[in-house]
Amino acid sequence: MTRPPLRHRIITNALLAVAALYFLVPVYWLIVSATKNSADLFGTFGFWFSRHPHPLRYLTEVLTYDHGVYARWFANSLLYAGIGAVCATLMSAAAGYALAKFPFRGRETIFNVVLAGVLIPGTALALPLYFLFSAMGLANTYWAVLIPSTVSPFGVYLCRIYAAAAVPDSLLEAARIDGAGEARIFGGLGLRLMTPALVTVFLFQFVHIWNNYFLPLVMLSDSDLYPVQLGLTSWTGYADRQPVLYQYTVGGALLSVLPLMVLMTVLQRYWRTGLTEGSVKS
Amino acid sequence: MSRDTPVRPPTPAAAPPEPGARRAAAGRRRRASRTEARNARAAAGFLLPFLALFGLCFLAPIGYALRTSLQRTERTGPLGLGGQEHEVFAGLANYAQALADDRFLAGFGRVLLFGAVQIPLMTLLATGLALLLESAAARGITFFRSAFFLPYGVPGVIASILWGFLYVPGISPLVKIAQSVGWNVDFLSRGSVLWSLANIVTWQFTGYTMLVLIAQLKAVPGELYEAARIDGANAWQVARHIKLPMIRPALVLTCVFSIIGTLQLFAEPMVLRPLSSAIDSGYTPNLHAYSEAFVGNNQQLAAAEAVLLALVACAASFGFLRLVGGHGKERG
Repeated sequence: MTRPPLRHRIITNALLAVAALYFLVPVYWLIVSATKNSADLFGTFGFWFSRHPHPLRYLTEVLTYDHGVYARWFANSLLYAGIGAVCATLMSAAAGYALAKFPFRGRETIFNVVLAGVLIPGTALALPLYFLFSAMGLANTYWAVLIPSTVSPFGVYLCRIYAAAAVPDSLLEAARIDGAGEARIFGGLGLRLMTPALVTVFLFQFVHIWNNYFLPLVMLSDSDLYPVQLGLTSWTGYADRQPVLYQYTVGGALLSVLPLMVLMTVLQRYWRTGLTEGSVKS
Repeated sequence: MSRDTPVRPPTPAAAPPEPGARRAAAGRRRRASRTEARNARAAAGFLLPFLALFGLCFLAPIGYALRTSLQRTERTGPLGLGGQEHEVFAGLANYAQALADDRFLAGFGRVLLFGAVQIPLMTLLATGLALLLESAAARGITFFRSAFFLPYGVPGVIASILWGFLYVPGISPLVKIAQSVGWNVDFLSRGSVLWSLANIVTWQFTGYTMLVLIAQLKAVPGELYEAARIDGANAWQVARHIKLPMIRPALVLTCVFSIIGTLQLFAEPMVLRPLSSAIDSGYTPNLHAYSEAFVGNNQQLAAAEAVLLALVACAASFGFLRLVGGHGKERG
């Protein structure tokens, strides 16, 4: 392969660097600002540290403020996203596997209805879902956020496409002849062969739940049940009266994005596949 | 093309020969009907958990919204005070009311304008970055790719809080820099706040769109590039005539998801609302429906607005798919 001319290389990398600046500067600001107290937040230049940066002290204050309510929100977020994503992945796997590997009447109808679910705006669903859940007495409980989080039509779509390609019929047939039950075949063979797709579904769903704001906002009124995002916006709502909350919001925002950004960077390679999986093959 | 796409179906290891290939036709037929029944039973078992919850969280709310949207609350008792509340059939009155509400319609106009500008811009930016990263001239690809993708890990609410700080005059270093060179910038004024919101969305989702496009670019067979080079094509021509047509399905798909996302715009204006007087409770259709439900306490009207929002989102995404010739249609 011939090396492209120097001029091309300079222009290309300059453009990439400018773009990187745009994407990184707000995160840089967040990191710098988390080392400042409220006075410095307003009083010093945002893109540089104050004279007395105290990252650990201010982040500890975030965690201990109001009897550690932030830690509670964080745990709630982990609970919603972790349990929700695991359940969603397992159910999507089973459903996708069934739709791929068992020909039966009405299969395509079911699949098309599920596909339509991918295109329905989540927030258009959240309001009626709240009305429904409050009629059932489920609103303002953990279940109100957890149950909807376990449903991923996109996961079913991905699992079906993947299972159709990755789980050979002959292998299933052989297992059946050996006398294995369908549940064992799925648990032992299907899940193992579908693992890469399952990782993708899990990650998508985890981030989807973690980022979801509208659903917990309409469902929850008890701040003990809040996920991080909702808790932080409740802080910004009070910050006018209690300026120290500006500082806590900044610190809390940094703490809340750290785990996800690490996850994101480490697991990037799984990400780029998900969405295109279907279109590449069609 | 030496790089593999990470999610790739493994090739089945030496499969055993198809059993029963030589059985008698009658036996096969009997077995087929038995297989079908067995299939249906097994499939039902696997599908049941998902379908039950799908029904509860997708189908039931749609049905509930449709029903509620056709009702209104009537109060018995003197002057409609006290007494009992009960729901009566109202026909399309809630829809008529929603569609007659100028603020609700203005919200739709706003998100459509937002989408018409932001989606093409973001797609263009993502495509440009994907092509640059995949070109032979790029260095530090892993770093750049991670840097561009990083904001996708920042939830919409946090991104809005973050940019909110960067927009507010007292605290924002950006405003300070602009003022020091004599530019009196106001990110939160009536005229500019929509584009400040667009910037937040662009910041968050460009990297994600770019990754989807890169995945598609990696699926382009290497021989195509080889052939183009032999024909004397330069980098521009390769991008224009080989890469762009190849990533078209991915572009269509990301655009559809962007359209749906844009129509639901909520978290960003909700978070910036305390900072800008230009954002009112009807700034986007979703914000309007939300305040109807929780501030106005009018569930029926909110349900009608949610239904309208879903309809417009469906119409817009299907309209877009039709416009581009159905290339993004998933196989089903």
